[in-house]
This record gives sequence, C-alpha cells and structure tokens, in this order.
Amino acid sequence: MTIDHEMLTGFSKSFGLFYLIAMSIGVLVYTYWPSNKKPFEHAAKAVVSDEEDKPCL
Amino acid sequence: MISQLTGNERVLAALTFLILLCVGVTMAAAGRDDLIGTHGWVIAVSAIAGAVALLRAYDAPEPSPARLSEYYDEPSKVGIILTLVWGVIGMLVGVWIAALLAWPELTIDAAWASFGRLRPVHTSGVIFGFGGNALIATSFHVLQRTTRARLPDQFSPWFVLLGYNLFCVLAASGYLMGITQSKEYAEPEWYADIWLVMVWVVYFSIYIRTLLRRKEPHIYVANWYYMAFILVVALLHIINNLAVPISFGHAKSYSLFSGVQDAMTQWWYGHNAVAFFLTAGFLGMMYYYLPKRAGRPIYSYRTSIISFWGITFMYMWAGSHHLHYTALPHWVQSLGMAFSVVLLVPSWASAGNALLTLNGAWHKVRDDAVLRFMMLAAIFYGLATFEGSFMAIRAVNSLSHYTDWTIGHVHAGALGWVAMITYGSLYALTPWLWKRPALYSAKLVEWHFWLALSGTVVYVFAMWNSGVIQGLMWRTYNDSGTLSYSFVDSLVAMHPYYIARAFGGLLFLAGAVIALYNIVMTIRSPVPVASESATDIPLGLQPATPIAQAGE
Repeated sequence: MTIDHEMLTGFSKSFGLFYLIAMSIGVLVYTYWPSNKKPFEHAAKAVVSDEEDKPCL
Repeated sequence: MISQLTGNERVLAALTFLILLCVGVTMAAAGRDDLIGTHGWVIAVSAIAGAVALLRAYDAPEPSPARLSEYYDEPSKVGIILTLVWGVIGMLVGVWIAALLAWPELTIDAAWASFGRLRPVHTSGVIFGFGGNALIATSFHVLQRTTRARLPDQFSPWFVLLGYNLFCVLAASGYLMGITQSKEYAEPEWYADIWLVMVWVVYFSIYIRTLLRRKEPHIYVANWYYMAFILVVALLHIINNLAVPISFGHAKSYSLFSGVQDAMTQWWYGHNAVAFFLTAGFLGMMYYYLPKRAGRPIYSYRTSIISFWGITFMYMWAGSHHLHYTALPHWVQSLGMAFSVVLLVPSWASAGNALLTLNGAWHKVRDDAVLRFMMLAAIFYGLATFEGSFMAIRAVNSLSHYTDWTIGHVHAGALGWVAMITYGSLYALTPWLWKRPALYSAKLVEWHFWLALSGTVVYVFAMWNSGVIQGLMWRTYNDSGTLSYSFVDSLVAMHPYYIARAFGGLLFLAGAVIALYNIVMTIRSPVPVASESATDIPLGLQPATPIAQAGE
C-alpha cells in the first residue's frame, strides 16, 4: 500500500472525526464522574484558602 | 543566588558554564567569517560572567536544611523583574516602529534600524521576553502553592530562567545583525533553537519532578494549562525549526520543509504559539491569581476542565486559517475555519467562568485596580476570541487578511488579554513574594490601569478603521473592471490611523514604565517588622503546633 494524498485525506476525514469525538466523550465522563466532584471542589477551594499561601499582613 | 545552591549544585553550575564557554569559543572560532561568530562571543561572555559570579560566592556556607521547609521563590522574584524590563524594551521598540510607519522619514540611516529588523525585536521582545518570563516566574510560584511542594532543586530553575533569557538576547541581537530564518515568531536560527530545546526540557522536568512530590492528590487546573503550554511549545518549536545549517560555522540554515508544506508547518506553529504560549499559559495564570485575588473559588471547576480539553483538542487544527486562498488544499482551509469557529465555545467558557467568579464581588473590582486588571483581561479575552473565530471564516478573511485589521486583532489579545492578566498577576504576586503589606502606590496602579485601557482602545480602534478601509479600497473596482485605488492611495488613507496607533502604543508604554517603577519601589521599601508568614510553607513540614496568625 502506498501512502499518497488520497489515502491521507481519506484517513484524516474519517478517523479524525471519530477519535476527536471519543476523546470529547472521555473528557465529559471524567469531568462529571460523581466521585470526582469532591477532589474538584477541594482543589478549587484550596487555592483561596489562607493555608496554602498567605500574603503578609 | 549562588549562596542558595548546595555544594553539588555549585559544581553543576561550574560545569554548565565551562561547557557553555567551550561552545561559545568554538562558535566564535568556527564562525569568525560569519555573524554566528559574534553570537559565539555573546555566549562565551555570558558563561564568563556566570563563572565570575559563581567564583565570588563559591566559599559561601551551604544553605541550611531549613530552606526545605519553605518555597523556593528567588527565581520567580528575578523573573518578575526581567518580565517588567523586557516589557518596557519590547513596547518601546513597538512605539518606535509604529512611529516609523506614521513618519517614515524619522528612520536612522543604518541597517540595524530598518523596520524589517526592528519589528521582530518588538514581537519577540514582548511575546518571549515579556510574556515568557512572566510565564516562567508565575508558573514556579503557582506550581509550588498548588502542589504544596518545594521545587525539586535550586539549580534547574535558574538554568531555565537565565538560559531562557540568553535565548531572548541571542534572538533580539540576531535580528539587529540581520540573522533570521524568516519564519514569523520563529526567527532565531538553528543554534539558538537547539539551546531553547535544552532549556525547555529542563523546564518540563521541573514540573514533572515537583508534581511527583505533590502533597495535594488532585492537580489544580492552572497546572494543566501551564503544562500544556510547556509541552506543546516544545512540540511546535522542534518541528517548525527542523532545518539543516549550511555548516556549523554559519548562522544560515535551510528548512526541512518547502513550498506549501513549509507554510502549513509555519502557521500550525504560528497559530499554536498564540494558542499555547499566549493563551494556555496565561489562562493558567488567570485560574490561579484571579480566584486568589478575589478571595472566591473559581465559579465552575468542571467548566475549567472541559474548556481546557476543548482548547487543547481544537487549537491544534486551527492554524490553516492563516492560509485561506493560498495553494493549501481547500479542505484543509475549511478544516481550520471550522475548528476556529468551534473554538469560540471553550474560549467563552473560560472568559465566562472568570467573570462569573467575580459576580458577587463587584465591589472589590471597583475598589481594587489589581483585580480590575484581571477582569478587563477576561473581557478582552472574550472579545479577541470572538473576533478571531469571526476572522477565520473564509469570506471575512477575504476582507481582513493582509490588512491592519489583523494587527488590531493581535493587539486586542496581546495588550488587552496577555498584558492585562500579566500586570494584574504581578501586582498581586509582588507583595506576597517580597512579604510587603501592599504595593508602593495603589494610585500608580490606577494610573497604569487607565493608561493601559485607553492605550488599548485607541490602538485597536485605529487598526480596525485602518484595516477595514484598506480591505475595502483593495477590492473596489470601477466600471471598466480595474481597481479604483492604487496601493499608495490606501497608504495615504491609513496615515491618520497610524498616528493614532503610535499614540495608543505610547499610552500603553507609559503604563508599563509606571509598573516597573511601582514594583521596584515596592521591593525597595523597608520590610515591616514581624512580617514572617508562617503558613506559606510546603505541607508536611509545618510545625505541629499552630503558630499565631498575623493580627491575632
């Protein structure tokens, strides 16, 4: 099989669509996975807590 | 800075300077008939300067183990100063070349002072000198706080910061001498590119080694953005700069790519430099410093993750919108256009997330100019990404491409988003790092804010007007089917806008000078007594008994 322009464009136009959709689904599953809620909230709150960093007053 | 290195790290530093000296002298000898020879001397002199600094402090006592119970912030502090200095240099050259466009007769009769050599000094000076140093300085700070772990060692952060600035000096001085490989935002030649790869690998390794020792199980989203910035810039830089030098004694090299492939590689690089250097890295900055300064967690953490992956997936494919109506296959142009339009979703998700975080804290935005800088950055980020998606549409691009509209768009992003979030973050960070109660002058921050805002608005509106007029004049035909206006006609029409643009840039530069003065004065102001912040240390090393908080 030779790698030519036709083959590459065919591959890009088919496979490209599916792997991007698969990755998007993967990200959405990770983001909304119920047990991930807690670490996310902790991380968001930790940034603004005085424990993590504290300007001198 | 040398006294903070351990014995082994001092040996490592000495070896680094020795190798650098040998490389510099070799380049100077091999390239004595070429411009690369001058750069050989620049490298050798930098190595000697470093070695002298090292030897002068070589006998200093080793740092105490107590250092490990604190974050390592010295490289960030030096990085902040370098950011502000490069900002003033880069913007000064920008005002200079803007003035040259308005009044061409102002030029000096010297090759180095020609527009073509000065322009990359401006672009690289602000993007790499100002933006890059800001990213390095803040990333070290954010990384340590969000992982609650100290940087892995004392040598590698200095190698990254100072090595990166050597690259910036080689780039800027090379342009003035006439060294360029003629790829936009990738002008430095092969030897500077190889050096940057080495610096960048160490930069990424600092991130990985610190993350491996993290005390927080979840990696905060700001670090994802910073890591995407480091990793993707490495990928882009290496691939776009694949080239063969004509000899090891010559600066000139030939790209591995040719024709339309070269153009596609260059704009895949060019647009992703905007995406991952000027967007992802600065989003990392925003996701840390904006919640921190507002005292409120980010509005939706989940949205920040979704928009992160949206940006990383989609920006990769948007570069071909720079090549509409060229020899690039039509479907590749359409692909770039489609991805650019869809990119509006994650971009506005980030901008909206930032503004919704501030919702309920508007009184702080009103009173605190530092937070206002960050809010304005989020607004300009939303505006510039909307404009960018719009301009990537082929029909719009037929009007906007090659005109000043593009310049206006870039500056809405660079001045409104990148510079505003940087100044906001640095104003917030400086008192924390130097343990000062506040900035030297809040009034000067106000002055800077209004100068920056008015400068950006004047600049962007001037370029919008100029660009649309240019685009329309270039496509207006008369009854006989020929062009109604000559190129010189459009040039004359642009003149008032060029004057306005130079004025807008001057306002912005004035703000940058004020920022440098204000931060230097903050550092020079005396330290208040009993200011030790006992809680600003890595987790796991905190004293068992809580120390009284300041104010108790």
